Amino acid sequence: MARAAIRQQKIDATEERLSGLSLPESGAWGQEAREAALERLRSMGLPHRRDEYWKFTDPGTLTRAEAPPAALLDADEAAVFDDVDAVRVVFVDGVFDPDASSDLTMEGIEIVRLSDAMASDIHWARDLYGVLEARSHENVPRPLAAFNTAFATDGIVIRVTATPSKPVQVKYLRKSERSDAILHHCVKVETGASLTLLESGPAAARFSKGLEVDVADGAQMHLVKTQGRDHERRAVTATFARLGTESVFKAFCLTVNGVLTRNEVVVDLTGDDAVAHVAGACLGDGADFHHDDTVFITHDAQRCESRQVFKKVLRNGATGVFQGKILVKPGAQKTDGYQISQSLLLDEASQFLAKPELEIYADDVACSHGSTSGAIDRDALYYLRARGVPEGIAQDLLTLAFVAEALEEIENEAYAEALRERLAQWLERRRERKQA
Amino acid sequence: MLNIKGLEVKLEEEDKQILKGVDLEVEAGSVHAIMGPNGSGKSTLSYVLSGRDGYEVTAGTAMLEGADLLDMDPEERAAAGLFLAFQYPVEIPGVGNMTFLRTAVNAQRVARGQEEMSSADFLKLVRAKAKELQIEPDMLKRSVNVGFSGGEKKRNEILQMAVLEPKMCILDETDSGLDVDAMRLVSDGVNALRDAGRGFLVITHYQRLLDHIVPDVVHIMSDGRIVKSGGPELALEVEKNGYADILNEVA
Repeated sequence: MARAAIRQQKIDATEERLSGLSLPESGAWGQEAREAALERLRSMGLPHRRDEYWKFTDPGTLTRAEAPPAALLDADEAAVFDDVDAVRVVFVDGVFDPDASSDLTMEGIEIVRLSDAMASDIHWARDLYGVLEARSHENVPRPLAAFNTAFATDGIVIRVTATPSKPVQVKYLRKSERSDAILHHCVKVETGASLTLLESGPAAARFSKGLEVDVADGAQMHLVKTQGRDHERRAVTATFARLGTESVFKAFCLTVNGVLTRNEVVVDLTGDDAVAHVAGACLGDGADFHHDDTVFITHDAQRCESRQVFKKVLRNGATGVFQGKILVKPGAQKTDGYQISQSLLLDEASQFLAKPELEIYADDVACSHGSTSGAIDRDALYYLRARGVPEGIAQDLLTLAFVAEALEEIENEAYAEALRERLAQWLERRRERKQA
Repeated sequence: MLNIKGLEVKLEEEDKQILKGVDLEVEAGSVHAIMGPNGSGKSTLSYVLSGRDGYEVTAGTAMLEGADLLDMDPEERAAAGLFLAFQYPVEIPGVGNMTFLRTAVNAQRVARGQEEMSSADFLKLVRAKAKELQIEPDMLKRSVNVGFSGGEKKRNEILQMAVLEPKMCILDETDSGLDVDAMRLVSDGVNALRDAGRGFLVITHYQRLLDHIVPDVVHIMSDGRIVKSGGPELALEVEKNGYADILNEVA
């Protein structure tokens, strides 16, 4: 098909999808931001499998009007960070639940619901909402992120002015098999301040989430999230971070199950000596499991460090995707960039698709990247079994060992340990199910 | 204890016969040694007994206390009381030595219908055994065999043996890569386990290990068979004259 015809088809499909939608009611600046995002979306068009950034992941079920239903998981287990002393923000099927949430006031932090922020003149939120998302298209079109900015129905905006005594936990519960939720959060970490944000839960049958984080000079942001293990859920998330001088941004995501997950992380290192670590681990089981990590890190300042560490364990025909890029702009000297993506393929039906990219316009930098796919180590398996460890347990021990390197990227050891324990429980339950 | 009759084994991948009819009986309370030149099938025997894949048993039997070893998975053999100290212990990055040992101990106990050992009891047991083998607490915290020296790996094997308390221990060239001091430590560890209810099969190239772990019976293996058996003096004969004389004699 000719390019022009493809383009027209895309525009038509986008207009058709948008025709049934109207922008959520918002206050003055909210309305403007949404309209601007809608314009960006219109000019890019909704993504298609033919697009370079979607060739490994079919966005069809993410863009269509109706969210495919997803059965609720009947799991009798507490949410992963429930025993952490935190300020809790709870969303049920994408709607803020004030009763289930805790008191949102805490020293050094302001937490405001998105609709309230849009209705008032909260300038720091106005200066962030949709702004980092809009900037991100400079390199790669991210139409679903623009869609999210335009149509988000709820969310929170957080401003951190000191180091609060507790982390903030955002818990996404799901009670409907057909929920189609669009949330957008903004976080502004002011100079020298620090925030830990914990996220967990399946959120919705189809979940679109945008998160924009502005980390000012000398500030720190730690993001640790798990995506619910409901098998049939779908999620597309985009995290945008802008880092000031000597700031730190560390993000980790654990995914177990979900038929479709696309997690995009876009980081701009705009101040000298900033540090960005982005890591993730996923465990996928079944031919309908598809998990995609797409990361784009831009070095636009000197002596910044970035790390990407991704581990995927895939079995029974599961698919894992990693698209990771490091862009070093002219003048970003002494850049230290590192990227590794690895998969453990537990059978021949599973597949891992990786596209590591480096694009460097400065001459005094150290950048490295690697990607591997491998089966379970037969010798290690035999060694464990020869000591009496049954094959299933041995395989799970080796699986946990494989993802351990990604979990080590989490700075707070207590959260890392909580995730390790949760993973071990998941694996154990899976083993028991299989035996039963 | 261990009873092997007419064991014939070939490689699964290629049509190559490695063991050509091995007969061997190790009684409880005794130490048997197998010596033999490279390629005679000594290590293959240890792998086949412990259940490594890649081998096909074409004839014969191997029984442990009357139970058919060849019919069991590797973990079942271990739970039944078989232990192989590896010639090349495997490095497992990301799996802590303590986690590994505790999982092994408890898996074996569960398989035998016993209760799992409490963390406190387990810790006490491992610390005591580790001390005897001069294994630093730091080694227990590290990933299994990762960054261990050759001697540390072998000591770690003996530690596992001491903690798991198997009935039948096979040591596959445990002396390789050991200096004199490490050899003494490892041998002391093995000797401490010698017991009326336990059998040992020590596979080695060299007589020097047998100075420390004194065997009751020495077997010479060549071309997939045991060609001669005798007392400890047989090992000294090998040391003095090499294998050629013995092999010529039985040929």
